[in-house]
Amino acid sequence: MSADALWYFGRGTGVSALTLFTLVVVLGLLVRSGWSSPALPRFVVSAVHRTTSLTALGLLAVHVVTLLLDPYAQLRLVDLVVPFLGAYRPFWQGLGTLALDLVVLLVLSSLLRDRLGRRTWRALHWAAYLCWPAALVHAVGNGTDGTSTWMLALVGGCVAAVGGALTLRLRAARTSETETQSVPAPVPPAYLAGLR
Amino acid sequence: MNAPQRLLGAAAATLADHSRLLGPLPGVDGAGILRAAAESSLTGRGGAAFSTGRKLASVAAASDPVVVGNGAEGEPASSKDRRLLATAPHLVLDGLQLAARAVGSRTAYLYAPADLLRTRLEPALRERRDDVPVTTVASPGAFLSGEESAVVQAVQGGRAVPTSTPPRVFERGVHGRATLVQNVETLAHLALLTRFGAAWFRGVGTSAEPGTRLLTVSGAVAAPDVLEVAGGTLLADALALAGGPTEPLGAVLVGGYHGAWVPAEAVADIALSRDGLAPYGAAPGAGVVLALADSSCGLRAGADVAAYLAGQGARQCGPCRNGLPALAGTLRALADGRPSPLLVAEVQRVSRLVEHRGACHHPDGTVRLVRSTLRTFSAEVAHHLAGRCTARHGALVVPSETEEAIA
Amino acid sequence: MSERLHVDWTACDARGTCLDLLPELLEADDWGYPLARTGEAAPAVPPSSRDYAVQAVRECPRMALRLRPG
Repeated sequence: MSADALWYFGRGTGVSALTLFTLVVVLGLLVRSGWSSPALPRFVVSAVHRTTSLTALGLLAVHVVTLLLDPYAQLRLVDLVVPFLGAYRPFWQGLGTLALDLVVLLVLSSLLRDRLGRRTWRALHWAAYLCWPAALVHAVGNGTDGTSTWMLALVGGCVAAVGGALTLRLRAARTSETETQSVPAPVPPAYLAGLR
Repeated sequence: MNAPQRLLGAAAATLADHSRLLGPLPGVDGAGILRAAAESSLTGRGGAAFSTGRKLASVAAASDPVVVGNGAEGEPASSKDRRLLATAPHLVLDGLQLAARAVGSRTAYLYAPADLLRTRLEPALRERRDDVPVTTVASPGAFLSGEESAVVQAVQGGRAVPTSTPPRVFERGVHGRATLVQNVETLAHLALLTRFGAAWFRGVGTSAEPGTRLLTVSGAVAAPDVLEVAGGTLLADALALAGGPTEPLGAVLVGGYHGAWVPAEAVADIALSRDGLAPYGAAPGAGVVLALADSSCGLRAGADVAAYLAGQGARQCGPCRNGLPALAGTLRALADGRPSPLLVAEVQRVSRLVEHRGACHHPDGTVRLVRSTLRTFSAEVAHHLAGRCTARHGALVVPSETEEAIA
Repeated sequence: MSERLHVDWTACDARGTCLDLLPELLEADDWGYPLARTGEAAPAVPPSSRDYAVQAVRECPRMALRLRPG
């Protein structure tokens, strides 16, 4: 395969992966906010969130392998794990590495959710709020089309989608704080004072 | 009528006094203690009244178990554990050692209010040279802090709130180990029956309710106090021992805030036993006997207790967190006179929504109290719906101090 | 061997995934929490619903469900 082809393929799969991961984040926020529609009950949203994340991971793997093979990218194996050591645009590249590391963490911890327990899994899943922005900024800063019109339009769309879903999520959080009936200020039975 | 004061008579300020009174810790081995507990038919004095022999045996079957003496006493109408820990700490500590020996544990905890730990229990521990080291853990005053899974959480350093079961704590408790959580009064009984035998223990009380038990009698009685009575004692006798009612009674709350009311007409005939109280949905429980004057409004009293219980939930479980305030609010509306006949049906409906739908028995106990309030004071409900209240005043009568100040 | 759907109420947050998957077994109570239509605390899962119950256990965002023998 020619070097050019590898480069195009690498960028293409990168953009696709970013788009799919944006969908994963949006779906994850919808799950968290308890959103559902007649056509899309909650368990479907939840299932699609999981399946899409695995598909996106697959695309991400192709993106990484392609660029490993591409001489222009100057990617070494260590750059897949340790961020900011890359030879080509180390900062933007490093963000990609960070995003990759976090995706692996997110997927693995979710596959092992039963073993980890609810609290640990939840704490680790917060990494998604770091992972997606890192991937987004990496795409803009590292890709050669980073600042082209269509790329910026796509990125804008991704940000809008996540922003919208985030609003739903925050609104749900506020509701669940107030959904609990307020406890009537108890008039303590008078003898409470007497017995201690 | 006066039962032998086996527990309250074991009061001892120092280890020397305690040893002079009762002798040293008996050398009976673990199997012997298990046998004695089983033969005595001792049941737990913390409220659930589970067979102590069976509980010890199931924990003994596990490897590396933990024992916890539970003196938290979150029940506001009860102060018997406080009295026992303050006056006979060594008896309780003996029981803790014997329980540890019985189940083969090398790890013991004593869970009790901080002031009791500081003034009585830790000084007592310092006097002793026990086989099994005891770690003290301060209990918060909350109602649920004495629930067995909450006890385990507190001992592990977390918030004293219940956890979902199964597994029960006798299977998996502190740090995943089988845990015996035993009320301090039960441990005190164990300390005595190991010395004097199961037959001696059964020498007082009835065959269904052997031994003695501690009661906290308060409310509309002349001398509210912690009392020791024989198992199966008549409710009327318990009230008489506390100086008798100060005025005609309307009802008596038995067991605790998760208990039930016994109407005044039945008081003369009812024994403080499982069989005697069962027709009223009550049980001896934690030994609470709270007398309500007829001049007080039973609905108001029930609403007060329900409001307290609603506020004391751990707020972990949706049905309880939402349902108990709803239940308390509905009962309050019935009690304070903005009632509609629909309210009674609403109480029943919400009761069914919260029952058994929580990690612990807090919603169930609250429902029991609420249902008993409506049943016992059904005449009062009719009055309130017609816009009247037959009582002269509202809340339960404040007793005088039932607890002498800790020196 | 019969099974029951057990809810860890300290974990359940009324997200509703189980309500979507097991409408014949569960309905929402006043506050959105799963209520067994039979009124039991832990409803028995008939064989016809078992696959959906397994899915509910897996999909519950709060991992609040378990299938227990009984």
